[in-house]
Amino acid sequence: MSVEATDIRKTFGAANVLDGVNLNAKSGRLTALLGPSGSGKTTLLRIIAGLDHADAGSGRISFHGHDVTGVPAGLRKVGFVFQNYALFRHMTVFENIAFGLKVRRRRERPARGEIAERVNKLLKLVQLDEFSNRYPTQLSGGQRQRVALARALAVEPEVLLLDEPFGALDAKVRKELRRWLRRLHDEVHLTTIFVTHDQEEALEIADEVVIMNQARIEQAGTPQEVYDRPATPFVYQFLGNVNVFREQSLALAGNGTYFHPGSLVAGGLVYVRPHDVEIVPHEPGVDGIPAIVRHVHTAGPLARLTLEQVQTHEPVDAEISRMELDQLGLQPNDLVLLRLRQTRSFKHDYAL
Amino acid sequence: MEQLEKPHLTMGAVISRLASPARAAPRATADPAWLRCLLLAVAVIFLSVFLLVPLAAVFTEALRRGVGAYFSAFASDETRAAIKLTFLTAAIAVPLNLVFGVAASWAIAKFQFRGKSLLMTLIDLPFAVSPVISGLVYVLLFGAQGWLGPWLEAHDITIIFAVPGIVLATIFVTFPFVARELIPIMQAQGTDEEMAAITLGASGWQTFRRVTLPNIKWGLFYGVILCNARAMGEFGAVSVVSGHIRGETNTIPLQVEILYNEYNFVAAFAVASLLALLAMATIVLKAIVERKAHEA
Repeated sequence: MSVEATDIRKTFGAANVLDGVNLNAKSGRLTALLGPSGSGKTTLLRIIAGLDHADAGSGRISFHGHDVTGVPAGLRKVGFVFQNYALFRHMTVFENIAFGLKVRRRRERPARGEIAERVNKLLKLVQLDEFSNRYPTQLSGGQRQRVALARALAVEPEVLLLDEPFGALDAKVRKELRRWLRRLHDEVHLTTIFVTHDQEEALEIADEVVIMNQARIEQAGTPQEVYDRPATPFVYQFLGNVNVFREQSLALAGNGTYFHPGSLVAGGLVYVRPHDVEIVPHEPGVDGIPAIVRHVHTAGPLARLTLEQVQTHEPVDAEISRMELDQLGLQPNDLVLLRLRQTRSFKHDYAL
Repeated sequence: MEQLEKPHLTMGAVISRLASPARAAPRATADPAWLRCLLLAVAVIFLSVFLLVPLAAVFTEALRRGVGAYFSAFASDETRAAIKLTFLTAAIAVPLNLVFGVAASWAIAKFQFRGKSLLMTLIDLPFAVSPVISGLVYVLLFGAQGWLGPWLEAHDITIIFAVPGIVLATIFVTFPFVARELIPIMQAQGTDEEMAAITLGASGWQTFRRVTLPNIKWGLFYGVILCNARAMGEFGAVSVVSGHIRGETNTIPLQVEILYNEYNFVAAFAVASLLALLAMATIVLKAIVERKAHEA
């Protein structure tokens, strides 16, 4: 069941929340809507679910080619997991999960025993079999999250939508739960869209990442595509650390400084990830950007260096392996040369 | 370091200060004992003089001539009619205000619309307006000389100086109670649970009955208790529209006034004690509900 959103516009008063957004989530894939807060990603998710509507006259939502724009939320066969889980506080875990089945019309409602069987199966799936009689307040955040997921899955949705599914959890639980979600997705193969502001989360578990900023989609692609070939400076900056050089300051450093000199935009800005910064010992006559080592951080698998360009005094971050660091024998205040492996340059006015 | 800079605080003093539990609370947040006693005494004396003594007086006066006289006060037809009318009025006004209160607070808490603050102000209106004025408004509208008077007369409908007027005035005076109680509860709970119910396929009615209602039930019950107490005890507005027809348009509070004015003190206080008992029952129920709501 693919999900398509076409030309979605949404304004709240004077604020433009979605400005002609087009989204295509492929059938059976896990798609991440990634962006900073206020980028419109949650609104887009709610419009897909039918909990919110695009501005009159704009936009179409279709599931597998069928237009569902006018279909009410309850009939869209969508499972929605809310950011704060929105569990029914006066119901036990079991009753929460059974809710969607119990409210069906008599003709479509499964028998009592069948409901219990299905709920128990889901409880097992989300590893909460022992908690069926607890109330939401008696559960931890991660457990509540899984109840919310089981409740959404109970109605056998054709699309699963999750709003910041791990937003309210601490770092460790977050990491476990997102791997678990990925495994779950591989088991049930449901078309899933989740909203997140955490780039690490999106890149780790999604098949497809859609990056949003200021009411628009900046780029969509696989995690590797968007990470390796960011389409805009925003995507570059949002998906990890990046160094920005002025094209003019690189021109002095010689052609050997970077690998694809032809791609540089005259007068533009050059974006380089810290792990694409190569450090070589300073020797006269060798190409490279002269810089001074300011700090060396070795706590972690990689050595992170902060350097200062000799000419511009602007800082540069670099990541090299611990082994490389030992070979170079770098100390603060050493003079070195920087070379850039993967670069991408954008026109100046394109910058943030 | 701080202690070193304060030479007058010896190490021993510091230790004893830390060790003594009475001193454990910082001085800034603990009032001296005499002040606490004084405040408590003021509160107790105030409550006794203005609440407990009058309440005791009601029962003392009612029982002055013994239990027999107390109960014979309820034997008169007029008093029985007044009690019956009071219960009838409450039985109509409370359910209507329950429905109105739930609808209004649902609209205010769960939706955004123009005129929301105006609606909230209107709900508070009966609290702001003197009950006598509320009664007069109905007389102006429905009375013989009122705007709708001639039309009502032509259709042979009497509202003022009759039971319908009393019910209308009571509804007006009591309608804020349920809504005032529910609006903050519903606003605090937000709409997430309702949204979740809707995505799970529940209809509007199912969402209300299975999700919203269980979440507000104690607040609702509390509002209904207060609404009922006021509906049965209302004097001013009802007095204006009632016409004081004995055995027909007198409610309990009006009957008390009549008996008192006739120097029938025992009967007046005996009937008044009914309202006092209602008040006490209300307070007990309120306490129970508050505890339940706290546990939930």
